[in-house]
Amino acid sequence: MTNSVASDTTIHLSNAVVALGGFPALAGVTFGVGRGELVALRGANGTGKSTLLRLCAGLVPLTRGVAVVAGVDLLVNRVAVRPHVGLLGHRNGLYGDLTAKQNVQFVAGLVGATASDVSSALERLGIDQRVASTQASLLSAGQRRRTALAALIVRRAQLWLLDEPHAGLDAAARRELDVILRDATASGATVLYTTHEIDQVVGTPRTITLDGGCVASDVAATIGSAP
Amino acid sequence: MNVALSVARKDLQIEWRTRMVLARVVPFALLVMVLFAVALDSEPLVLRAAAGLVWLATLFSTMLVVQRAFDIETADAAIDTLLACAVHPARVFFGKALALFVQLFALVVVLVTAAMVLYGVTVSGSRVVLLVTVVISATSGLALVGTLYGAVVANMNGRDSLLPLLALPVLAPLLIGASRATEAAFGSQTIDMANGWAWVGLLGVYGIVFGAAGSAAFSPLTESDS
Repeated sequence: MTNSVASDTTIHLSNAVVALGGFPALAGVTFGVGRGELVALRGANGTGKSTLLRLCAGLVPLTRGVAVVAGVDLLVNRVAVRPHVGLLGHRNGLYGDLTAKQNVQFVAGLVGATASDVSSALERLGIDQRVASTQASLLSAGQRRRTALAALIVRRAQLWLLDEPHAGLDAAARRELDVILRDATASGATVLYTTHEIDQVVGTPRTITLDGGCVASDVAATIGSAP
Repeated sequence: MNVALSVARKDLQIEWRTRMVLARVVPFALLVMVLFAVALDSEPLVLRAAAGLVWLATLFSTMLVVQRAFDIETADAAIDTLLACAVHPARVFFGKALALFVQLFALVVVLVTAAMVLYGVTVSGSRVVLLVTVVISATSGLALVGTLYGAVVANMNGRDSLLPLLALPVLAPLLIGASRATEAAFGSQTIDMANGWAWVGLLGVYGIVFGAAGSAAFSPLTESDS
């Protein structure tokens, strides 16, 4: 189940191929991400960004190649990677009939987090008592995104996989999210997030661009100032 | 086990908030019971068919409850979060089955009570023990099969019609067993208590088979490869 990839490497992909219904959504991706790195994943629609995140989360099978995430060989047992990974997809993964707080509490219950972890995650995302006790289906898009991020925080995952995490957030929340991501990496977590927006990758230490299911470029630093 | 209980608690919290079973499924099942009685239009015939009518109404209602149980998982892709948090998907299966069991058990209690009021069924003495055992074992089987087939159709188009098409044939043995054993508990002349208990044994085996199949198959069924 574990692999001989260096211990400071969180993601190691080598010619990774993922075929979805016969179509190669990832057509031989090779790159590595070290522990504590913050990496932006760019690319047009349909270039394989979301599939790459789902591969790393163990939610889609590796068809061919090598994929070792958090020390787990995904070709051998992709389910085993899940305790180490937190995934926030395009959709928020919330139960609309539960309140924001109940949604976070549910995830906390699954991973064994405490009530204080829930409170601090809600507080961190600026979810006040009124929003916390509101049914998720009644929240605004930005509030739902914040709730989903709070649920991600309580997981205390080694690897954060975020699909368009800034979508639906206002400017203040985007800035707070950037701080949260930097804090996460400072505490040893690895963050890989997708974005369409060039503005968003400014300040991110490394940007990988996908095209046609392959890595088109891997730039170690972006121009511009930090957000 | 903690994961299973968390999943069950979450599903029941949602039911408590939405009152879907209470507000829609129970009235539907009661209506089915009344309509059957009207259609049969004969007191002795209704009395004889009472056990079957209870389980038929339960079977139809199960389709609604199962549909709802998986709609909440797919509506905002919550199933991804759930599976991403759960190393053992079998625990998610048993958690969802447990929540389904609780809801269906409450429904069957209402329907048996309705059979007593509407059809004049009586249960006394040792027959109560048989009835309670039948309700528990048959409802467990319903919950396990419902969860398994709910997962089968969860990611399919047209799942509303596919679920009954796929699940009802598989549930036919359970319907027969539960109806026969309940007939014995209702004091029918056509079946004695010993035979009633034999049917309960069959229901137990049925539940074990589908519990094992569901726990093994839940992961590949819910994890779409797309």
